[in-house]
Amino acid sequence: MTAGLYSARARLRVLLLERLAPGGQVLTTDRVENYPGFPEGISGFELVDRMKSQAERFELPIRNEEVMRLDLRAEPKRVFLPHEELEAKAVILALGATWKKLGIDGEGLFTGKGVSYCATCDGPFFRDQQVAVIGGGDTAMEEALFLTRFASKIYVVHRRDRLRATRLLQERAMDDPRIEFLWETVPTRILGGSGVEGIELRHVRTGEVYTKPIHGVFVFIGTVPNTQLVKGQLELDEEGFILTDQNMETAVPGVFAAGDVRSKLFRQISTAVGEGAAASYSAERYLESRGHH
Amino acid sequence: MSDLLHVTDENFDAEIMKSETPALVDFWAEWCGPCRMVGPVVEELAGQYKGKIKFAKMDVDKNRQTPARFGIRNIPTLIFFKGGEVAQTIIGAYPKSAIEEELKKLL
Repeated sequence: MTAGLYSARARLRVLLLERLAPGGQVLTTDRVENYPGFPEGISGFELVDRMKSQAERFELPIRNEEVMRLDLRAEPKRVFLPHEELEAKAVILALGATWKKLGIDGEGLFTGKGVSYCATCDGPFFRDQQVAVIGGGDTAMEEALFLTRFASKIYVVHRRDRLRATRLLQERAMDDPRIEFLWETVPTRILGGSGVEGIELRHVRTGEVYTKPIHGVFVFIGTVPNTQLVKGQLELDEEGFILTDQNMETAVPGVFAAGDVRSKLFRQISTAVGEGAAASYSAERYLESRGHH
Repeated sequence: MSDLLHVTDENFDAEIMKSETPALVDFWAEWCGPCRMVGPVVEELAGQYKGKIKFAKMDVDKNRQTPARFGIRNIPTLIFFKGGEVAQTIIGAYPKSAIEEELKKLL
């Protein structure tokens, strides 16, 4: 949205294509505390809503359509929608990422029946129940803390003996009496009948295997880039994230990337926004250098 | 004026299970971001398929029985009903095209 907003203000002929709703992962966050400008914090939904209103103010066209295919090497680039084909002289990819799965037995079977990747979506279904949160980063801590509003007990299962999360979040989680940490532990199987009833865990050092009775498993172990559309067309790193230079340019001229889909160390709303603006600027310079505009 | 009916635990059977036309029920809640993504899509479809399909929303915070009855533990969940039976369930937020495809199967 930031890339769109900047491009609209720069009076470029721009179109934002979004298959679901603008905001992506931010929409699943209950509270954003660290986005600059909001001393009281703000809900993910509200933040996105404001960005959207702002973009609309500059008359950014937004179409709710799914991009099915891209031909980025063509000149101009071709964008294939379900019932239409568009041409673009430059493309900015802000494809984002989706939650990583554990890949263990029972995970697929119980998705929707106790296995969840979104605490703000499903937390309330676990009122007064015991749940497990898998992960050790910021998201795992934030979501575990969110879950304390509903669950009676939350086991945080992490494969190391230290968390990756920001110090402040760690402190809050450790102070909460409902949260219990299971260190150096990994989940091996999710068990249940019509829904989740337990989780099998293994201590990575001792090898001890045991089961905890729980009704929900919330998985926050990282994200996977949404790069299906660009496989084979752009350079990706080993995990599939798009490689760009510091001006958000990919290996293909006229193609730029911003946000979580990019190969980088740190993924935040604040960095995604900054990159969106930078990508828009780079795209504008690219178009000018080619005599368009 | 919305073409969406708000259903509750009390009127669910009368409005949905006994409905003569097929129905789509959007199970949502205030605090659920992805539900708010799906909401506008369902509203649009409600306008498009008015008269042919009944569109309803149920707030799972205010109504606990119906979601439990259908084993709902994730939202957003869309359940498609035909002749008092569950014809299809979509769990999670999906684009309009995917939801519309399922809707067409009801007709």
